[in-house]
Amino acid sequence: MIKKFYPFIKEYKKYLILGPLCVLIEVIAELLMPYLMSKIVDIGIPALDNGYILHIGIIMAVLAIIAIAFGCANMFFSSKSSMGFGANLRRAIFDKVQDFSFANIDKFSTASLVTRLTNDVYQIQSTIMLTLRLMVRAPLMFICALVLTLSINARLASIICISIPILLLAVYLILRRAYGLFQTMQQKLDNLNGKVQENLIGIRVVKSFVREDYEKDKFQQANNALMRAGLRAAGLVIILFPIMMLILNGTTIATIWVGGNMVGVGSMGTGELISFVSYIFQILISLMMISFVFMMLARSKASAIRIIEVLDTLPDIVEQQQTQVPVDNKERGKIEFRNVSFKYNRNSDNYVINNINFTARSGEVIAIVGATGSGKTTLVNLIPRLYDVSEGQILLNGMDIREYPLATLRQQIGMVLQKNVLFSGTIRENLLWGNQEANDEVISMAAQAAQAEEFINSFPGGYDSELGQSGVNLSGGQKQRLCIARAMLKDPAVLILDDSTSAVDSATEANLRESFHEDFKDTTVIIIAQRISSIVEADKILVLDDGRLVGFGNHQQLLTENQIYREIYNSQQEVIA
Amino acid sequence: MANKKYRQPDPNNMPKNHGGPPSGPGSHGFRKPKNAKKTLKRLGFYIGKSKGKLIIVFLLMALSSVSMLVASYFLKPLINNYILPGNFAGLARALVFLSAIALIGAAATYLQNKLMIGIAQRTTNTMRKDLFAKMQTLPLRYFDNHTHGELMSRFTNDMDNIYMALEQSLVQLFSSAVLFVGTIILMLVLSPLLFIITAVLLVVMMLISKTLGGKSRIHFQQQQSNLGILNGFIEESIEGIKEVKVFNHEQQMREEFYELNNNYRNSSIKASIYAGVIMPIMGNLNNISYAATAVFGGVLTVMGRFDIGSLAAFLQFSRQAGQPISQITAQLNNVFAALAGAERIFEVMDEEPETDLGQIRLIELNCEQQERSWAWSDGQTQTPLLGNVRFNNVNFSYDDKVSVLQDISLYAKPGQKIAFVGSTGAGKTTITNLLNRFYEIQEGQITYDGIDIRQIKKDDLRHSLGMVLQDTHLFTDTVMDNIRYGRLDASDEDCIAAARAAGADGFIRRLPQGYQTLLRGDGANLSQGQRQLLAIARVYVSDPPVMILDEATSSIDTRTEHLIEQGMDGLMEGRTVFVIAHRLSTIRNSKAIIVLEHGQIIERGNHQELLEHQGRYYQLYTGQHELE
Repeated sequence: MIKKFYPFIKEYKKYLILGPLCVLIEVIAELLMPYLMSKIVDIGIPALDNGYILHIGIIMAVLAIIAIAFGCANMFFSSKSSMGFGANLRRAIFDKVQDFSFANIDKFSTASLVTRLTNDVYQIQSTIMLTLRLMVRAPLMFICALVLTLSINARLASIICISIPILLLAVYLILRRAYGLFQTMQQKLDNLNGKVQENLIGIRVVKSFVREDYEKDKFQQANNALMRAGLRAAGLVIILFPIMMLILNGTTIATIWVGGNMVGVGSMGTGELISFVSYIFQILISLMMISFVFMMLARSKASAIRIIEVLDTLPDIVEQQQTQVPVDNKERGKIEFRNVSFKYNRNSDNYVINNINFTARSGEVIAIVGATGSGKTTLVNLIPRLYDVSEGQILLNGMDIREYPLATLRQQIGMVLQKNVLFSGTIRENLLWGNQEANDEVISMAAQAAQAEEFINSFPGGYDSELGQSGVNLSGGQKQRLCIARAMLKDPAVLILDDSTSAVDSATEANLRESFHEDFKDTTVIIIAQRISSIVEADKILVLDDGRLVGFGNHQQLLTENQIYREIYNSQQEVIA
Repeated sequence: MANKKYRQPDPNNMPKNHGGPPSGPGSHGFRKPKNAKKTLKRLGFYIGKSKGKLIIVFLLMALSSVSMLVASYFLKPLINNYILPGNFAGLARALVFLSAIALIGAAATYLQNKLMIGIAQRTTNTMRKDLFAKMQTLPLRYFDNHTHGELMSRFTNDMDNIYMALEQSLVQLFSSAVLFVGTIILMLVLSPLLFIITAVLLVVMMLISKTLGGKSRIHFQQQQSNLGILNGFIEESIEGIKEVKVFNHEQQMREEFYELNNNYRNSSIKASIYAGVIMPIMGNLNNISYAATAVFGGVLTVMGRFDIGSLAAFLQFSRQAGQPISQITAQLNNVFAALAGAERIFEVMDEEPETDLGQIRLIELNCEQQERSWAWSDGQTQTPLLGNVRFNNVNFSYDDKVSVLQDISLYAKPGQKIAFVGSTGAGKTTITNLLNRFYEIQEGQITYDGIDIRQIKKDDLRHSLGMVLQDTHLFTDTVMDNIRYGRLDASDEDCIAAARAAGADGFIRRLPQGYQTLLRGDGANLSQGQRQLLAIARVYVSDPPVMILDEATSSIDTRTEHLIEQGMDGLMEGRTVFVIAHRLSTIRNSKAIIVLEHGQIIERGNHQELLEHQGRYYQLYTGQHELE
């Protein structure tokens, strides 16, 4: 695990060496205190030597100042490296996610990716900082104090050799169980959050079915489960502290008994005994710190695993880093499907798309119709390699799409997804996604073509109106039209519209179709639509049924030849006639 | 996570603060509590439920603190009376006494921790429960104006902060205070003269801790606000990751992210340094105080005005004296964060709930019979529920500024199918949202069987209305239970029958575990059309007297729609139905079609009448078919 995370802190290697050095000096300075104090008690006081006492006192003060300086320096190094580490880690995950394919994203779900990027990284970053601050300090303190106790009185030090193993055993036993309990707690927390989130999204459903009490009951179950898990985890951890206190106090008492006897027979000084007790205190405190760090580590292990899961995931879609792309404008936007099959899960034998063959020539309008769940959306998602085909190949301009660099491939394809997402920022900024260099004129043309200019201009801010997060203040139809304008701005060779006019009324939709015809003569347009009226004039219509291509031709051909198409057509005509 | 769907079309009133991303889940929002006293009082109310336990906790806490103080003080008699004179029998007795104190201290600490965890867990459990219950009562208007992230972080970070403060800070503050006072008293008892030295250093330490603590809080706030911005960006960009990919926008996103990430890193480094240096500074100032005590104590002992045993005990105390100060400084940060969190939680709890002054209840008659029938009851008289809906001169605005509906009057007689037609943003969905009182009308009146809907108890009103919403939402549960959501006491057979009627049975059976398949993430593993079919099945099970179908079949292909037509007809039969649809073919057979434009009714009539009228409907209708 350390190996996995080391690269993110490598940049701060210098600090990782300087920090512990500072700690070493700080710890030594700190630990010399009781030792020097024992000199005052055992030498200065009996000799009634005020000069000696003052002399030692000044050394102690200087040591304290040195300790402050190096202690602060270490805080600087540890803060810088742990926060830097957090930033690097976050960046690595973010970069990784940018490289993910749709399949990768589906596997994790976006909500879980967000948690990993926020809470999990935060958790690890805090643990690292604590580790950097304590994990060097505690062992150093432990060793130095041990050496000093041995140098004061080796026989007395043997008491520690009994108490340390007991302490370590207790810590080990507790932490071993704690990890599992923390993990359960984390799961319960995820559950609870999921419940809240679901209720926020579906609040209208809850209200319209009057299911508030039902939801409250379910939430309370999750809430109580979390409380129980929390009580179990925390209940275990709190045993640790009293046990440590008992061992610490027991050791101190034993030391005073044995040491007191030694002082009594004169084989040890009182000052030595007092400083010895101080060192025992330090030794056990350092062990407590170590176990505290281990507890934090146990706690963040779950987060670390979740992050490594993301980092270790190989993007499904691999770029072939090569070839200059032949810009073949004669065949601009020509698409060819050759025996294409696809399944979402590699191990299942349930093909969502089954052996599809067809060719769309440059500038053609291709429509896809088919029943709910017949694979329409899946089919178009294969073209910009949002998912990779399982078998067969897809060619764009005569070249396998997998041979293009991803950016080049997607640059040629404009796509409007079924679920539209806009980003916070102005309308203009959102439209610029299609083309960073677009000037006002070009933007306005695209908005006009997408039938969006009218409503954009009706806003007080026009194109500079701010959209809330995800475009919260637009109606469904307005969002769809902005998304279409955004895709149009790309001036793509292939334009894919996945049921993107479902919330647009018929008249506006007719205007939209009109502008596709006029402005996108050399663009291959692929439309998924429910209304036959939207696609009658398409050059070719693909009829999909359960992932298979069951009809291919124009409206007239399909009407006479294709039963399924006829059924779809009739289902829309009967009521009209 | 972000609410993309339920925002009302409201272009003329754009919120003014949407530029900055809200603090999403994971953001550790931090700000100074505005009214700490009041918040503390309310928080006290929640903690007060465990008052008895809390008192025991404080007693135990005091006991364990005192046992620590006693153990340290005991060094004096130990050395002076037993070790130095060589009284070993006495030493043994004294050590047994010390062991007893240690045991008591450990036991008290354990019990106190155990109780405190219970109190903290129970308090946050109750607060979460109340917050969730409150959330369920909030009007939709609230959800329109607040992002999901905002509300989520009440449940996550704010609750976390409160828990931490309760579990740790509360007792730590108390025990630090006890230790601090106790240490000072005992030091005064041992040697008022030596205490002067300690006191001087303690004052210095307090001043330093106050300055550094204040500085660190400022940077801490900066860090939290940067974290909020960063997390908001992460949330938005990950939610929209598919869009990012389709538009090749990865590089731009990366650059923006790097900048925010670096901002956060820089501010968090500062915050962490300021918080961090308190430790070595205080620790070593303590050491200086220790050194000074050793020196002057030594000198005093040399002068014969002090003894070694007292010196040892005093040294022990001077070691401990500084700790409470740094403890308190550290814990205060937690307490402030918790208060800010509590304040935000109480803000939500103080929101006005949906108003419900309705007295009239819906009751079910003749339960034994096959046909279910319902009646309105005001306690004395019963009026049969017929499904007679009437809008009288209704005006409505989402924000009291821009009018969305103007002077809407319409009626639907029992069993009639009424359709709403009009372009996007014309107000169709809004009308249906007024009927079930998702929003309250400002002027006019809506009656239901002659009763003003405001007089009907809200739950009962909604029970009587079945809705299929424009956006389908499913819950993390089995397919079966998602259908059963419509009527909780429906049997499996009822649910399957409903699925059949809704045309959903076929695809459900093809799912890996059929009806027992677990749906996750709002039914992410289903296509849009399949989700709509499930939503129809769900309302089918609930069997309501009045139905509202808002674009219920928009993502379902027409062939499937045709197949489920019979089921839909069965569903609508004998009920008053309001339909919104873009596909005009589905509403042709409506009793009345109401054409809306800019919030006003511009045409009404049946299909034939409207076609003959050759107005807006005619345009829309022929527009749909112009190419045929």
